[in-house]
Amino acid sequence: MARRLIWLALALALACLLYMTVNARGSWSFLLPFRGQKLAALVLVGASLSVATVLFQTITENRILTPSIIGFDQLFIMIQTVLIFMMGSADYAGLSALLLFAVNVGLMSLLGLVLFTLLRRGARGEMMRLVLTGIIFGVFLRSATNFVQRLIDPTEFSVVTTVTYARFNTVDALLLVLTTVVTLPALWAAWRMRSRLDVLGLGDQIALGLGEAPRRGQSIALVLICVLVASATALVGPMAAFFGLIVSALAHVITPTERHAILLPCAALTGAVVLVGGQTLLERVMGLATPISVVVEAVGGALFLFLLLKRRRA
Amino acid sequence: MIRIRNVSHKIGPAPILHDISLDIPKGGITALIGPNGAGKSTLLSLIARLAVLREGEIHIDAMKIGEVSDRELARHLAIMAQSTHVSARLRVEELVGFGRYPWHRGRPGPGDRAIVESAIERFGLGPMRHRFLDEISGGQRQRAFVAMAFAQDTDYLLLDEPLNNLDIAGARSLMRLLRQMADEDGKTVVIVLHDINYAARFADRIVAMHEGRIAANGAAREVVTDALLRDVFGTDAEVSLHEGHPVVLV
Ligand SMILES: Nc1ncnc2c1ncn2[C@@H]1O[C@H](COP(=O)(O)OP(=O)(O)O)[C@@H](O)[C@H]1O
Ligand SMILES: [Mg+2]
Repeated sequence: MARRLIWLALALALACLLYMTVNARGSWSFLLPFRGQKLAALVLVGASLSVATVLFQTITENRILTPSIIGFDQLFIMIQTVLIFMMGSADYAGLSALLLFAVNVGLMSLLGLVLFTLLRRGARGEMMRLVLTGIIFGVFLRSATNFVQRLIDPTEFSVVTTVTYARFNTVDALLLVLTTVVTLPALWAAWRMRSRLDVLGLGDQIALGLGEAPRRGQSIALVLICVLVASATALVGPMAAFFGLIVSALAHVITPTERHAILLPCAALTGAVVLVGGQTLLERVMGLATPISVVVEAVGGALFLFLLLKRRRA
Repeated sequence: MIRIRNVSHKIGPAPILHDISLDIPKGGITALIGPNGAGKSTLLSLIARLAVLREGEIHIDAMKIGEVSDRELARHLAIMAQSTHVSARLRVEELVGFGRYPWHRGRPGPGDRAIVESAIERFGLGPMRHRFLDEISGGQRQRAFVAMAFAQDTDYLLLDEPLNNLDIAGARSLMRLLRQMADEDGKTVVIVLHDINYAARFADRIVAMHEGRIAANGAAREVVTDALLRDVFGTDAEVSLHEGHPVVLV
């Protein structure tokens, strides 16, 4: 199966090459950093959302969940809406990237961790309760956001809609550096706990019997998930909830194993290939300005249904 | 030796175990019997720290439950819980391989592989080692889980109703394997059995539980009596002796 990872890496290299070179008009001294930054963002976001999804599915022992269920995307939209409502779109646009990044990542990570800790203080820290609370919290956030959006001046509102879609057309260099600095250590930490994740995936009782306290491992994984999703969302905005789901389903098809030593790199590579390849197709070949998240949502939904049905029959 | 002292346990407001004190000596097979709901699984979970011990003390040799680290305990005691559902899609040999985790923590060496091989061999899992757990019979799956506990290579082995799903041939061969592990490898096996005849035939000691208390404790002939069946199991089945072993005539 290690060979399939090599093929994936080659596919990623090819996708990156195409992304950089197709329709390249103008001087390379401009194109290289311009496209390079966007490419880096695509790879980073693709890898972190996919790895976060695999982590989440392992600790919940559920293959059809994604971390966005905890309400990260909704919270992101809420934060931007409230900021624009309070400061006006001009001041919002003038905010320093560092400050905005810190606010976004800080609040989103905090949300994930608070939800988790609150639930664990109860009698039994069941994962499903966390998930259900997340869903309800997401609905609550959405209604609150809708309410604030109604109060916003219609011209300002158009700013809200653009910042609340995942976009790769404009990637701030400083933001990119910040995200990299946060994301790479988190990905490394996820890789370091690969054997532990294998054991956690066996369920609480068996994991404990093998000397792996499930709560400790789950907490660490949850911190990593929060950091990965929060920084990816802060970089490009909310990605389609389907993205992580699709990539993890694909990763399980490409490398049918439960071993995270294979699964984690496979998901990271697949996520990057899907994003870079998809964006190349959209932006370069079809010349569309459609946000990739919209396409992922549509294609992903169909593919996911197909995978579900296929599995049912097998 | 497993030393249990004044252990009580509640689940929510409901008292499940009442002031249990029990010594399970090192070596041999100790069978836990008792009607459904007697608290056998609960007691086993407390010994194996799968449930949190709140009242009383349990020592395994010099290790005190609640104080010894999970990692350390996993090298001395293996548990196979009653419900062995794994949602991950694993092959038989992968599952057995996890038994070595407490020793290598992710980096299996040649010694670990050799032990996994011998576990697969010993439990007759060779022909199905590459099959997925959801593609084999319940009895074969049960054997795979016992093999995993065996591969953990601990002094103590706790098994909660491992004969579930096994046919008579499977059940007898598993009990013989456990006998062999006790006699030849010096393991201490604590096993919950719901069939008293298997307990009487294969175990060195029987502990009978009833409504969260120890009802009887001793050799099969002392424990398995008409009175036990009447008072603890609430049935009037008779006990007869066959070559020195008590047999319940069902
Ligand atoms: N999660 C639980 N919640 C409430 N009661 C429980 C729970 N688990 C077990 N019990 C109760 O504890 C008692 C002992 O259960 P258990 O130890 O599983 O018995 P056994 O293994 O001897 O059949 C039973 O009366 C059962 O109803
Ligand atoms: Mg039981």
